[in-house]
Amino acid sequence: MEKKILFEIKALYRDDFRVTGYSFGQGERAACVVGSMRGNENQQLYCCSQLVRKLKELEAEGRIHSGKEILVVPCVNPYSMNIKKRFWSIDNTDINRMFPGYDEGETTQRIAGGLFEAIKDYRYGLQFASFYMPGRFVPHIRVMKTGFEDVELAREFGFPYVLLHTPRPFDTATLNYNWQIWETKAFSVYTTTTEEIDRSSARQAVESVLNFLRKADVIDYDGFEGYVSKVVSTEDMVTVRNRSAGFFEGKAEAGEHVRKGQVLACIADCYEGEVIDEIRSPIDGTLLFAHAEPRVYQNTAVYKIIPEREEW
Amino acid sequence: MIETVVQVELPVDETLRIRRMRLQPEDGGNGRRISVVTGIHGDELEGQYVCYKLSDYIQKNMGCLRGTVDIYPALNPFGIDSITRGIPAFDLDMNRIFPGSAEGDMNEYLAAQIVRGVAGSDLVLDIHASNIFLTEVPQIRINELHADRLLPWAKEANVDFIWIHGASTVLESTFAHSLNTADTPTLVVEMGVGMRITQSYGDQLFAGIVHLMKRLGVWDGEDFDVRTPVVSADNDDVCFLNASASGIFLKSVNHGASLRAGDLIGRIVNPLTGEVIDEIKSPADGWLFTIREYPVVSEGSLLGRILYGKKDSV
Repeated sequence: MEKKILFEIKALYRDDFRVTGYSFGQGERAACVVGSMRGNENQQLYCCSQLVRKLKELEAEGRIHSGKEILVVPCVNPYSMNIKKRFWSIDNTDINRMFPGYDEGETTQRIAGGLFEAIKDYRYGLQFASFYMPGRFVPHIRVMKTGFEDVELAREFGFPYVLLHTPRPFDTATLNYNWQIWETKAFSVYTTTTEEIDRSSARQAVESVLNFLRKADVIDYDGFEGYVSKVVSTEDMVTVRNRSAGFFEGKAEAGEHVRKGQVLACIADCYEGEVIDEIRSPIDGTLLFAHAEPRVYQNTAVYKIIPEREEW
Repeated sequence: MIETVVQVELPVDETLRIRRMRLQPEDGGNGRRISVVTGIHGDELEGQYVCYKLSDYIQKNMGCLRGTVDIYPALNPFGIDSITRGIPAFDLDMNRIFPGSAEGDMNEYLAAQIVRGVAGSDLVLDIHASNIFLTEVPQIRINELHADRLLPWAKEANVDFIWIHGASTVLESTFAHSLNTADTPTLVVEMGVGMRITQSYGDQLFAGIVHLMKRLGVWDGEDFDVRTPVVSADNDDVCFLNASASGIFLKSVNHGASLRAGDLIGRIVNPLTGEVIDEIKSPADGWLFTIREYPVVSEGSLLGRILYGKKDSV
């Protein structure tokens, strides 16, 4: 293993800003794994730390294939993590909206550019990603439809679901999108949580990444074989919203199979405690996402359901 | 009349309302409509003064009003109230969620209803104030995709500068792009600096808006003379000055300054060591239409923008 600095900026009063990578094996740039890019992505950082630990063991056992190199970048934004701020410390910009970056641009453009220069030539690009909505996910792989996506390869992770996502304008400045445009096979790995560390889904995610690397002929590994993934387009998912604002009491969790008409959650008045809204499932299906905050605004996407279909 | 464009119930004893002042003759007017919009970014306050001044002026001269003037002073009330640029609680830039979705989450729903309220105006001005880091001369920014339609209006708005910039996919989620794409001409005004009000710029833009109202047939009262702006349609005309190092930026000139090649624009210093880390000099003759206001800089921070070769034009 080689620990190396991929990008650095000298600071005025803080320690220098560094993006650090861990390189395993030598040779062809086979796979790059990127962890937290925002200051609240504890789970994503944790997943990378566990992956680094496992890869150290595998390398010591000679199980990284000759001529293959794996790079793990646990954290792209230590500055924001250390002050518990989600986006860039000074101007609140999001590094994951700055790709492919620009080495003569503003600070976060330079960070994105410096990182991208170091990681753009890998055959496979994996990012432990997070979603802006507060809640819990069923672990899954997300692939952007750019015309370069490889859905069959995404199944090799062995997650229950592969989600195909049509990019919106702001997605074109993300790492995943730009990796694909630069011909890296790119996948976003979603685990259950973001701020909170969920060790169980982190273990599953790390096993899935190792499983993928084994199938991609990068490592020898005897572990989790995984599921036969169902490929679902985000347009096929059904979003369930609440009519009223108030306390949110979830009665169904991410991953649960639900029936049409089943009560998924109740909304209670924040002052008087009475239940003012019952949220029922509009279809039979599996909950991919479940809201997980004590209070909820009106018209929030509190559940996302993968419909039950024969053809999945 | 104050109207609620969209409202959303909040969990704890509050309703979020986005409101507009609709000013029109008692008979409803001639059907022409101008909308003045601001406050998408909660830290940009220059538009507050313009909205106040326009509303006050029209209400004191209602007999001159022929069409409709809609004034939207706060598209992001949470942000303005909490000195937050984006939408608090969501950490979301409101100007990246348009045109929104009536079926979307709370913010997408708000965006969709705002677009619904503004769409169909004969002209829209979306007033911004750069951000807390930069001060700008009054200017209008136009996406090159919409230049043919917007430039004639922009020239009548009494700004100093019109910057026609290249198209960018990311900007397709902005309020102005969404409306322009939906055939509602929308001008983006940038002036002054975040968290402050520069009344002289507000007065200047106010005069431009009244002039535009006159041109649109919305207004039959007093008109104001407007200045002729510098127009830049070539991206190579604009030079971006970025910090070479982290430190404290001390500016030597103000925005709007005419520069000769080699003129000192500012210094980056280290208060701990007492060193000057870098001196920022103008690379060529030009006009400094943006300067950094916020002193703390990281490597790469934007320090200013220069329009080349326009020294004698302003």
